[in-house]
Amino acid sequence: MDYRTVLTTCAYCGCGCSLYLEVLDGRVINSFPCKTGPVNEGKLCVKGWNIHEFIHSPKRLTRPLLRQNGTLAEVSWDEALDFTARRLREIKEAHGSDSLAFLASAKVTNEENYLIQKFARAAVGTNNVDHCARL
Amino acid sequence: MSEKVRSKVKELLDSGRIKGFLGIRQADGHLGPHLFTDGGELEGFAVGDLKRPGDTRYPLNKQLVTLMRCYPDDSFGVLVRGCDERGLKTLITWNQVDPAKVVAVGIACPPELAAACECLKPYPDEFVDGEKVEGSTFASVATVDAMDLERRLAHWLHEFSKCVKCYGCRDICPMCFCKECSLEQEDLIHTGDLPPENPIFHLTRAVHMAGRCIDCGLCNEACPADIPLRTLYKKVADIIAHEFDYRPGYVKPGAKPPLNILGEAPRE
Repeated sequence: MDYRTVLTTCAYCGCGCSLYLEVLDGRVINSFPCKTGPVNEGKLCVKGWNIHEFIHSPKRLTRPLLRQNGTLAEVSWDEALDFTARRLREIKEAHGSDSLAFLASAKVTNEENYLIQKFARAAVGTNNVDHCARL
Repeated sequence: MSEKVRSKVKELLDSGRIKGFLGIRQADGHLGPHLFTDGGELEGFAVGDLKRPGDTRYPLNKQLVTLMRCYPDDSFGVLVRGCDERGLKTLITWNQVDPAKVVAVGIACPPELAAACECLKPYPDEFVDGEKVEGSTFASVATVDAMDLERRLAHWLHEFSKCVKCYGCRDICPMCFCKECSLEQEDLIHTGDLPPENPIFHLTRAVHMAGRCIDCGLCNEACPADIPLRTLYKKVADIIAHEFDYRPGYVKPGAKPPLNILGEAPRE
């Protein structure tokens, strides 16, 4: 029996609510708010209360998918990145930098979000940067 | 307060009487629930008083039910205040906890917390630390009851209108153990509505708390809209106590809750 309550931060939006994940034998089974979290003070919204659900969800993407002849197929990271880089370059050359946009995420770190906006602005040359919490 | 409790827990773990103890631990600057499994590793052991007594209480009984469902052969210890003990007794009544597999380690709540909770019995039957404080009456209920019917209805409709339907009151509730929840039944509630149907959503939950709510107040603390749910459920408990002479957690474990009894004829 390995039962833990793991303190973490909700990844569904930028608020940063503190919560505990209940982990039993390696599986995340529940979440509840951290009373001493300065942001949320023991409260959560419906998303935070259910954040444990996506962790083991069978719907979760674990490998890159590339649409080939109308259907999504698993490809390697190298293949996916090569394709993405080639298409970004082609679109930028054909239609200009502002024809591209970049969507950052609450599920990655501050540093990764910094990198994506830097890539958008410095490498691609557009200010079209938005965030998944606004969806 | 935690030294006497810690010694008791150490004794229980060292003797092998329990496999683990569900309590509170201070770690990473926070007080959170924790399963202690080794009497030699009780660092950070706490009872849930950070800035004020009882300000970091957690639904330990809810976690206990989860553990007992997965490990029915093991025995566990759990930290209980007066409310948690009422919860344990009620969970035993509803066949969710095997009394032979649980060891409750009790603490009595200090006057400040007892008064803030308007707790009828702010101490468990047996406790290893704390002083017995007399219970208080439900002043918050009396305040609402003093309003005339029209104002009272307006009061509750206003409070319910603040709901963001997070289901936090249900999710934190140690007495909410149903596998299928009425609040997610399309036949009873328009589940897709946001804000939820007022007042059906909250009254459905209130009815389900009848004969079950042990007045721990965790729902009230978890509500992001500050709806005074505790006052509502206190009122429900008063009605059940008045009509059926039954108050969850104050009766012998195993006594049948009134809403589980099919009577001969409707009451006059």
